[in-house]
Amino acid sequence: MIQLAAFYLFATVVIASAAMVIFARNPVHSVMWLILAFFNAAGLMLLAGAEFIAMLLVIVYVGAVAVLFLFVVMMLDIDFAELRAGFVRYLPLGALVAIILAAEIIFAVGAWSAGGVDLAARAAPVVSDKSNIQQIGELLYTRYIFLFEAAGIVLLVAMIGAIVLTHRSRGGVRTQNISAQNQRRPEDATRLVDPGVGQGVQL
Amino acid sequence: MISVGHYLAVSAVLFTLGVLGIFINRKNIIVILMAIELILLAVNINLVAFSAALNDLVGQVFAMFVLTVAAGEAAIGLAILVIYFRGRGTIAVDDANRMKG
Repeated sequence: MIQLAAFYLFATVVIASAAMVIFARNPVHSVMWLILAFFNAAGLMLLAGAEFIAMLLVIVYVGAVAVLFLFVVMMLDIDFAELRAGFVRYLPLGALVAIILAAEIIFAVGAWSAGGVDLAARAAPVVSDKSNIQQIGELLYTRYIFLFEAAGIVLLVAMIGAIVLTHRSRGGVRTQNISAQNQRRPEDATRLVDPGVGQGVQL
Repeated sequence: MISVGHYLAVSAVLFTLGVLGIFINRKNIIVILMAIELILLAVNINLVAFSAALNDLVGQVFAMFVLTVAAGEAAIGLAILVIYFRGRGTIAVDDANRMKG
């Protein structure tokens, strides 16, 4: 009973906050609603028994992605009122697409629940005496190790790409050139002179 | 009793809201990126729900991979957004034709 109540609470809040994400006038508010949606989705996943994914949602989505959005929204100086101009014009098309997608998904769920789908071939059944994260770790570091490393490469490429895209080398800035410093020889930097008496000093 | 159908319903609504968000915020690419995050969240909820319903952990492993790709996509998308804003002074993307494609 309490499971059902918790489920309906999480589901209601996640859907309401997702609606507020796309309907909010201020993108900063959108990011806040997005954070709420992620938290409640994490609650939904906890109810399903996926503790690791739930914690990952809180850490990665709320802690990294949403904060990244917040930084970008606050850094850019944008007139948001002008961006809302086509809202009413695009609404019928968007609603049509949304209705079609929802109908398709409902149809798919109905077809799945009508039976006849063979679900017997299971790849990695849950062992009940181990915790969720231990089972995921054993699966991830053995059978899916190459996919796991590929995910790491994806993140590395994303990081390097973001740096390369946004890096801007400004002219007129005197920065340290370490190789030039190391290649400098004493004969380049100093010279020996032999001034006559009374000529070496200029006052 | 919570069945997998409950989760699928939530996921379907979330996915639909994400697609709707892309269409009604066509000028504001920040909200478009957030709507894409909502879509990927719906996908993750689906994967986890089926993982729990089928007693099979592969769904959760793949949810993790989806999450990885979502994080990378958000980083690259926001980087592109920043350089677009730097060059144009606006983020209105419905008339983006820099590459004349």
